[in-house]
Amino acid sequence: MKITPRNLDFHLRAARRTAAQLGILLAALSATLLSVGCMHRQSAAPALHAKATGSAIVIVSGDRQLGSPGSLLPQSLVLQVNDDQGNAVPGAVLQLAGPAGVTIRPAQALTDDNGQVTVRLTLGGISGLYPFTATSPDAHGKTVSLLIPEYAAGYQQQVGFQVNATYCSRCHDSNSTVEQVSNYDNLAVKPHAFTSGDIYNKLSHADLSNIIAHGGVAVNRSALMPAYGWTLSKPEIEAVISYIRLISDPPYRAPGLVYDKQ
Amino acid sequence: MKTPKTGFLASCLAFLRDPFRMFGVVSFVLLLLLTIAPAKDYFSQWHGYQRQYLRFISHRTDALTLQRHFHGGIQQIWIPQMSVVDRCQTCHVGLTETSLADVQQQPFRAHPRIPHKLTEFGCVICHRGQGAATTVGQAHHSEMAGEEPILPARYMESSCGQCHQGPLEGTPKLNQGRLMLARYGCVNCHSIVLPDGTKLQATDNPPPLTHIADKTTREWIYAWLKDPTSYSASATMPNFKLSDADASDISAFLIANSTPNPGDTMPMPAAAVHGPAPDPTAGASLYGESFCASCHATQNAAGNLVGGNLGPELTNVGTKVRPEWLTAWMRNPQHYDPSTLMPQYRWTDAQLKLITAFVQSKTNPDLLANVHLSPSTPAQIAHGKKLVIEYGCASCHQIRGIDKPDNFGPNLSRIGSKPVVQLVFLPGMERTLPAYLTQKISHPRSFGPSLHMPKYNFTPAQVEAVVTALLPLTDRSFELPLNLQRPAVQETHYEPTDKAGQLMTQLNCLSCHRINGRGGDMAPDLSWEGSSVQRPWLDAFLKNPNTLRPALIRRMPRFNLTDAERTILTDYILAVYQTPAFQRDELPLTGYSPDQVEKGRQLFYSKYACQSCHIVNPNQDKGYIGPTLTQVGSRLTAAWIYHYLKNPQALRPGTMEPNQHISDDDARSLTAFLMAQKSGASQAARK
Ligand code: HEC
Repeated sequence: MKITPRNLDFHLRAARRTAAQLGILLAALSATLLSVGCMHRQSAAPALHAKATGSAIVIVSGDRQLGSPGSLLPQSLVLQVNDDQGNAVPGAVLQLAGPAGVTIRPAQALTDDNGQVTVRLTLGGISGLYPFTATSPDAHGKTVSLLIPEYAAGYQQQVGFQVNATYCSRCHDSNSTVEQVSNYDNLAVKPHAFTSGDIYNKLSHADLSNIIAHGGVAVNRSALMPAYGWTLSKPEIEAVISYIRLISDPPYRAPGLVYDKQ
Repeated sequence: MKTPKTGFLASCLAFLRDPFRMFGVVSFVLLLLLTIAPAKDYFSQWHGYQRQYLRFISHRTDALTLQRHFHGGIQQIWIPQMSVVDRCQTCHVGLTETSLADVQQQPFRAHPRIPHKLTEFGCVICHRGQGAATTVGQAHHSEMAGEEPILPARYMESSCGQCHQGPLEGTPKLNQGRLMLARYGCVNCHSIVLPDGTKLQATDNPPPLTHIADKTTREWIYAWLKDPTSYSASATMPNFKLSDADASDISAFLIANSTPNPGDTMPMPAAAVHGPAPDPTAGASLYGESFCASCHATQNAAGNLVGGNLGPELTNVGTKVRPEWLTAWMRNPQHYDPSTLMPQYRWTDAQLKLITAFVQSKTNPDLLANVHLSPSTPAQIAHGKKLVIEYGCASCHQIRGIDKPDNFGPNLSRIGSKPVVQLVFLPGMERTLPAYLTQKISHPRSFGPSLHMPKYNFTPAQVEAVVTALLPLTDRSFELPLNLQRPAVQETHYEPTDKAGQLMTQLNCLSCHRINGRGGDMAPDLSWEGSSVQRPWLDAFLKNPNTLRPALIRRMPRFNLTDAERTILTDYILAVYQTPAFQRDELPLTGYSPDQVEKGRQLFYSKYACQSCHIVNPNQDKGYIGPTLTQVGSRLTAAWIYHYLKNPQALRPGTMEPNQHISDDDARSLTAFLMAQKSGASQAARK
C-alpha cells in the first residue's frame, strides 16, 4: 500500500503497534535470556574435566542414614568410582543430585587418589525417604548412576527407631557390631530385616501390629518372634511400624493414597 | 471567572440538588464502601490458598471425604494457658488429613504423627512464628521485636524441650545436645536455670589444678593449652586460642602455684623395683582384665578411638604424667582428686608395677619435641595469673588462690527467646537466632578477637545438637502453668552408709552402677540387687567377677577384695537393696517337683521360645543376647525369677526382655525349671 498523507496516520499507528509488539517481544526475549543466564550461572559450577572415567559407582559408607528432617546427616557419604576390574578410579567426575530441599556439598567433584569422593548431605524439611542419585560419565559417553537412599525421620519414626534399637534389631538385623552383637545367627527361624520391602510391604498395618503385639504364635508363625503387646504401648507399636515403613526398600506405598509424581 | 472545572463541579452540585438523586448517589458510594471488606477478604492470601486447596482435592479419589472435612474461613486455636493464638490451619488446610501425608504441595501436606493433638495444640508452640497473622510473610518471617520467625526444621526437636526437661524417645538430637551442655562444661561458665528451679549441672568432672606439678610438666601444660586435641582427639577441654606467650605464662603460673602434696607421688614399691622388668604383654593383659577400656579410650592403629569415655583418653598418657604420680594415682586415685570416678583397684605391688609401666608406655614423643620453654620469671607468673582470672579457668578447675567466679559467661536460661534485634550479626550472616548461636559456638572469636569464649572441636552435627538444646530455654518455658511442665528426673544425692558405704566410695561403684536414683548407666542398677541374688553367688562374683552376658564387652573388673571386705559388701547388699514389691525368700530355692520342672522346660523351649536369647543347655541353645542361664538356679532367688517373668519392666525398667504376659501357673513352672539349673549340676539334671 502506498503511503499517502491521508493514510499516514493509519500507517504510523500500525508502525507504533508493531514497534510495541517488537518491544514486548524483545523484553520477553531478554528476560528469558537473562533468567536462563542466571540459572545457568547458579547451577553450573565451573565444569570439571574428567581425567579418567569409571564404569561403576559404589558406596563406601554413609548410605541409609537416619536423620531428623532438615538436618545434616551425622556421617559423610563416601562414594567410589570403579573401573571394569573393580579398581578405584582417581580423577573421575562424580555428580550428586537429590530431591527438593536437600543440600549437597559438594554436588560435583573429582574422585581423589583413592577414587573416592566425600559428600556432606543435609536432608529436606519433611520426613520421609530421600533418594539421592550419583552419576558419573563412563568411557562410552553414557553415564553410570547409583541410587543412595537416606531417611528423614519425624518424631514418630525416631521413636520407632529407638524401639527397634532396644527390642528388635538384635534379632532382625544380622549386622553384628562389638557394641550391638546380633542374635540373628542363633535363631532357628530367621526373621527378615526391616528393610526387606518385598516382605513387609505385603503386610498390612493390621498384620504388622498383630504379629508385633501377639507374637509369632498368634499368627501361626514361629514362637521365636515374641509378643510385645504387654511391653510396648500402642503408640510405640505404631511408631515401630512407621519406622519399618520408612526404611523399607523398595519404598512402601500405602494403599489408597494418591502419590505425587516425584 | 469560571474555569471549566468549577463549571463541572457546579453542574454536579446542580445535579445533586434533587434529594432523590442525592440519596441514590450516597447509597451507591456506601454500597461500594461496604464491598471493600468482603472484597479484601476474597482476595486475601489465605482465601487464595483455601480455593487452591479445594481445586487441588477435587481431582483426588478421596475428594468427597476431604471436602466434608473442609471448613472455610479463618480457623483459630486459642490456648489461653500458654497465651497462644494460632491461625495457621487457615492456610495449612490438610494438616490433619492422614491421606495427604505424602503430598509435596505446601501448605496442604498432612502433619506427621506427633504425640500431641494438632487441633488442640496448634502450630506456633513448636514451629514459632506469629500465630495470629494471616499472611505468609507476617506469620513466617517477622523479625520485629517481640516477634519471632519460623523455626527451621532441623531445630524442631528443640520445641519439645520447652515443656519436657527430661530426655524423650523421639528427640535424639535434643537429648544429645543437653548431654553435651553438661559434658563439655558449658554450664560451668554459663549458668542455665530450668523453669523448675534446678540448675543444670556439669558432668565433665575437670581435674583440680592445685597440685598439678605433682602430675605433669610445664611443657605438657603448654602443649595442652595451645591445642588440647593435639594430645587427645577426644579432649573435652576447648581451645582458648592462646598466643605462645600467653600459654607459656599460664603454664608458668600453674606450676608455680601448685603445692606438692605428700602422697600424690610415690616411688615404685620396693619389691617391684628390684624384680625383673615388667613384661609388656602381661601389662596389656592386666589392662584388659581390669576393663580399663570400659572407661578409657585409646587410639588403635587405624586411628579410631576404641573404649569408653567416662575417663580421659589414654593414647598419649605416658607423655603427660610423671611415673611417680601415676604409681600413686593407680594405688589410690581419690588421694589426688577426691571427686574422681576412677575406682581404687587394690592392685598388688607386682600388679601396680605392671599396669603403671604399661600405661606409662603409651607415649607420643613428637608431642613435646618442639616445646622449649625458658625458665619462668616472676613477671610471667604474675601475667599468667592475670590470664587465668581473665579466661575464667577457675570456673571449671580448682586453682589455689583463685575463687570460682560466679556467672563468668552470660546466663543462658532464656537464650531461646532472645530477640533478633538484640543480637549482633556478622556481615553476610543469616539474621536468625539459630544462625547466631551456631556461629557463636563454631567460631566464637569471629565476633571479636578479644572475646574469651573458647572454641570446641565440634562437628557441624554436634553444633546443631547444642543449638537444639539451647533454643528451648525460652520465656514460654518459664511461663508455663505447672500442669504443663514436665521436669527432668533429678539425680538423687544417695550415699551408701556404714563400712560398706566407705568401701563403695573407694571402689566408686556409682561410677558405673545406679543405686536409688544416683549413678552411672554402664552397669546394672543395683537398687534391688538384694532381692535378686543368692549370697554364695554374690560372694563368689565379688571375688572373681565373670560375665553373665557373653555378648557384652564391658564387664565388672576385679578389685582384689579381702574376705572381710566381701562379707561387708554382701551383707549390706542383701540387707539393704531390697524391692518393696516382694519378699526375697517368698519362694523356695529348691524342692520343685520333677513334673513341674519338666512342664517349665517345655514352656521354656516351645511356648515362650526363651532359647532364642538365653542358653540353658550349652550343647543345644545358642541365643546369647540375654544372660546365660546355665547356673541361674544358684544365682537368682526364686521369688525374683517369678516376679521378673511376670513383669520384667517393673523390676528392670527399660530391659529388652519382653513382657510375655505369662500366667501365674506358667511362671511358677518356668521358675521351677530355672531353679533346677544349679551350678555343678550334672548335664543330665540340666536337661
Ligand atoms: C528373639 C528374636 C526376635 C525379636 C527380639 C523380635 N523378633 Fe520379630 N521375628 C522373629 C522371628 C524369628 C520372626 C520370623 C517368624 C516366622 O517367620 O515364623 C519374626 C518375624 C517378625 C515379623 C513378621 C515378618 C517376618 O520377618 O517374617 C515382624 C513384623 C516382626 N517380627 C516384628 C518385630 C518387632 C517390631 C520387634 C521388636 C519390637 C521384633 N520383631 C523383635 C524374631 C524376633
